[in-house]
Amino acid sequence: MDYTVLLLAIPFLMFLLLGLVGQKLGPKMAGILGTAGLSVVTVLAYYVAYSYFLNKGLTLNGVLESAVNGDGSWKALTSFNFTWLDLSNANRPDLRIEIGMLFDPISVMMLVVITTVSLMVHIYSIGYMHGEEGFERYYSILSLFSFAMLGLVVATNIFQMYIFWELVGVSSFLLIGFYYKKPSAVKAAKKAFIVTRFADMFFLVGILILSYYTKTFSFEQINGDHAALVHTTMGGLTFMGCSVTAIALTLIFLGGAGKSAMFPFQIWLPDAMEGPTPSSALIHAATMVVAGVYLVARLFPVYFFEATSVLTFIAYVGAFTSLFAALIACTQTDIKRVLAFSTISQIAYMMVALGVSGYASAHEAGLGFTASMWHLFTHAMFKALLFMCAGAIIHAVHSNEMDDMGNMRKYLPITHWTFLIACFAIAGIPPFSGFFSKDEILTAAFESNMIIYVCQAFVAGLTAFYMFRLYFRIFWYNEPTFHHTPHEAPKSMTIPLIVLAAFTCVGGFIPFSEFITAESIGYEIEMNTTIATISVVVALIGIAIATFMYKKQNEWPDKVTAIFKNFYVWAYHRFYIDEVYLFITNKIIFGIICTFIAWFDRHIIDGFMNLLAWTTNLVSDETKEVQSGSVQQYAWVFIMGVVTIVALALYL
Amino acid sequence: MIETLKDYYSGFAIMNQELTLVLVLIFVLLADLFLGEKGKKNLQFAAIGSFALATISGFTVSFGGSQEAFAGMYVTSDMHVLVKNILNIGTLLVFFFAHYWNKNENRNQSGEFYFLTLSTLLGMYLMVSSGNFILFYIGLETASIPMAALVAFNKKNRDSAEAAAKYILTAAFSSGVMLFGISLIYGSCGSLYFDEVANAFQGLPVQILAMVFFMAGMGFKISLVPFHLWTADTYQGAPTSVTAYLSVMSKGAAAFTFLCILFKAFHNYPEIWQNILWWIIVVTITVGNLFAIRQKNLKRFLAFSSISQAGYIMLGVISGSPLGMTSTVYYIFIYLFTNLAAFGIISNIENQTGKVGMDDYNGLYGTNPKSAFIMTLAMFSLGGIPPFAGFFSKFFIFAAAAEQGQYLLVFIALLNTIISLYYYLLVVKAMFINKSENPIPTIKSDNMSIIGLGICTIGILILGFISPIYEYMTSISFGM
Repeated sequence: MDYTVLLLAIPFLMFLLLGLVGQKLGPKMAGILGTAGLSVVTVLAYYVAYSYFLNKGLTLNGVLESAVNGDGSWKALTSFNFTWLDLSNANRPDLRIEIGMLFDPISVMMLVVITTVSLMVHIYSIGYMHGEEGFERYYSILSLFSFAMLGLVVATNIFQMYIFWELVGVSSFLLIGFYYKKPSAVKAAKKAFIVTRFADMFFLVGILILSYYTKTFSFEQINGDHAALVHTTMGGLTFMGCSVTAIALTLIFLGGAGKSAMFPFQIWLPDAMEGPTPSSALIHAATMVVAGVYLVARLFPVYFFEATSVLTFIAYVGAFTSLFAALIACTQTDIKRVLAFSTISQIAYMMVALGVSGYASAHEAGLGFTASMWHLFTHAMFKALLFMCAGAIIHAVHSNEMDDMGNMRKYLPITHWTFLIACFAIAGIPPFSGFFSKDEILTAAFESNMIIYVCQAFVAGLTAFYMFRLYFRIFWYNEPTFHHTPHEAPKSMTIPLIVLAAFTCVGGFIPFSEFITAESIGYEIEMNTTIATISVVVALIGIAIATFMYKKQNEWPDKVTAIFKNFYVWAYHRFYIDEVYLFITNKIIFGIICTFIAWFDRHIIDGFMNLLAWTTNLVSDETKEVQSGSVQQYAWVFIMGVVTIVALALYL
Repeated sequence: MIETLKDYYSGFAIMNQELTLVLVLIFVLLADLFLGEKGKKNLQFAAIGSFALATISGFTVSFGGSQEAFAGMYVTSDMHVLVKNILNIGTLLVFFFAHYWNKNENRNQSGEFYFLTLSTLLGMYLMVSSGNFILFYIGLETASIPMAALVAFNKKNRDSAEAAAKYILTAAFSSGVMLFGISLIYGSCGSLYFDEVANAFQGLPVQILAMVFFMAGMGFKISLVPFHLWTADTYQGAPTSVTAYLSVMSKGAAAFTFLCILFKAFHNYPEIWQNILWWIIVVTITVGNLFAIRQKNLKRFLAFSSISQAGYIMLGVISGSPLGMTSTVYYIFIYLFTNLAAFGIISNIENQTGKVGMDDYNGLYGTNPKSAFIMTLAMFSLGGIPPFAGFFSKFFIFAAAAEQGQYLLVFIALLNTIISLYYYLLVVKAMFINKSENPIPTIKSDNMSIIGLGICTIGILILGFISPIYEYMTSISFGM
């Protein structure tokens, strides 16, 4: 154990400190302490990233360990790996639950993403949450979340990941329900928790199947040597005609789909916007929701070598989700919901990229993997930026609805410019970061599967359209009557905006493929100019349509809506997926299945317990005379006990 | 066997803990004797302080393997050292809780309290480390007789005297039965060394008779049914600190000794004593639970709860495996913190208000939220609710029994945990839900109790998660 453990220890201690004595410290101190703690963590994370990627060596436990193998590939380093529960025996020498820290390209990259966004959110919240009731509680949960998320990405084994996965879920639950006096927030928190827990159940079953056969939880052993362990222990096994490996990996993916809001688990994310906006930026845009992508990336060798069909499945689920969410995003009027659906759509992009990816670095076969992680990085920055801008706007007009906004560029200049940068990035306009990462995803899709490519290119156009619809509706359009003149946000809020905008401007120029590849061997990407041109043109068309329809108030939006009337209504109601869920749970599960289970519970289970209680009472009442207080009687019972036992032992 | 006198006395070299304890004993005795009226104020600190040092020094002892002294009369190993360390921790905690009571009620006798308690502890040490029935018996009596004096410590209190009388009479009776058993063992096996008894034990009826007599004596110490009847009266009448000591230390030491002797002396015919234990466990857990439900006095209530807990401890003994030993010692270790937390609160409240009834605790949360909280933790942990330490200890002990195929027994024990949950939650209900006209007023605890309760609370909350403890125990445990 060495300094790296501070990455987890500081947020955890901060959580305890602020949670236990936050009230006594007061809001100001709590905000400063939380932010200071996370600043230290951020510096440490950057130091780790700098040493790992640029110095190609990390000092762990006092020893400088090289981050590069002999063949030039990146090496996974472990700073410590503590055995928490040893389940090993002769048959399963490696089955133990460990808690450790693993540093490899994707986990180090995630450290940077999480700490950057989290620090920005900490700073931003000082202004945004100013004067809110429960300010200290808010900061303590933010610390808990940072701890859990960091623990998740550095997990050395799948069980540790699961533990932190659940902790992330809890902190997300707590933040969505932060305004617990608002019924809608409570409902949304419950919904998010139940839906993600439901998906996590699949994840757990998947973990158990995988570790039952491989007899280990460790990523290193499961992934190592092109997932040879999985091949030897599970290869060829089938269950009801399906490969067991495929079943296990599909279940694990379903867990990831729950956290990453893939279809059909996407229903919780839009409602999760009930939480404070900065926490939405951190959890429901930048970090937690990409945990599913990270999970698939973490087990990528297993997926690629042992369950190619599952990868294809992931690609199609991703493609469908991205199209589906983008269509809904075009119709929503609550600005945070537009961003929420856009998040779903963009995460689906990352899933698609993993799904179509190859493995080898040679000839850019593993481009999809790199592109997915790259998009994860750029998306985290610009989506957090978008959410924080939305926060600044909501802060200014006290409403989430587009109708209460318009012509805001006059009042919020910094927000306006940073928002515009983020819009260009997400729409895929060069030289902003989103262009590069999305372009690589499209290239990877193009080389693997034409249907998916066309779908994703279309979604790229839709993305440009709905983002600029949002942009023009907020910052141009007609000026509504404000309750009071909107004003620019305080410095604590604008500085994070500017920092993230800077990341968005330069994020595309990071040579990602040198660092993060499926095979861990760096390579150089050559830009496919045809694909790049097509995607820029598609994006520009989307922007042009949005400009035409929404720059000034005109009759075109209504006309277009009239043309697609039914379709528009369906999309506006999110294709009634929530209603389908409600029907299944209320009518089928509660109405039919649960009636029987409830009867069984009430009569058989409770009846048994009541019988137990009744007998206990009766016997206890009958036998209380034995404890009479007379020592002679005690001796009598004693000796009769001995005699009975001897008799039993001798004659039975 | 004995080469020279020097070799003979070198046996003392492995008795580090015993010798340290004897030093502390003599120190306390002399201080009590020679300190003047003024100096006696500091006697308690001197006693607690010196014993705390002894406790710490116990952790420096390590042997690696098993060691013998005095021709096998005395045996020790890392496991024995650990058990003695656990006993030390418990005794120290009891001292913390007893400090206030000693200060206010036994001004001139507090030295005697420490001296008597440490004497019983020395007896337990010898009992734990015995390799021969003679040393075992001496240890047992050294632990029992001063205990009777401790039970009668409130000299002017009739309940205390009655409790002591019942204790000493039953103890004498059970000692008699046990000695008879031991003499039969000697007669039929020709030796009192455990390993020689093991070789000569052939399962003859007279040997089984002897073994049952021995088990009855141990059953008295651990308060297993049907040898448990003294427990409730003695626990109720004794001063609360002494009850706490009896319920944890006395029981823990006896349980471990019982396990060692069964493993060492009777391991050739395990099915005989396993069958007997099977029935004893079922009856003990059930009877303990049945009686606990009806109690109104908290000390009496905890007496029956401790009877049922003793049954759970025996689940680790019946398996006869190293895993069984690990889980038994682990159970005792966790039980120590949990039960002492409960007794700490009870003694605190009894010392300041004199109330020990379950009804007196109604509405405790309103006036003493911290005490109510700790009591709740203790009850949850005793009931085995996750994530408190008691859950882990129950889990491991069930695992140890299930590993040996004792599924029915584990199932019965599980059913009984449901019943036990009911009465543990009764206490919680009284404190949090029941309303009271005149609840216990807000009390201010003394610093020593706060330290003790703090240690217990931390123990309940985090010990279950610290896996190195369990793994260390696994690495040093041994089976039949």
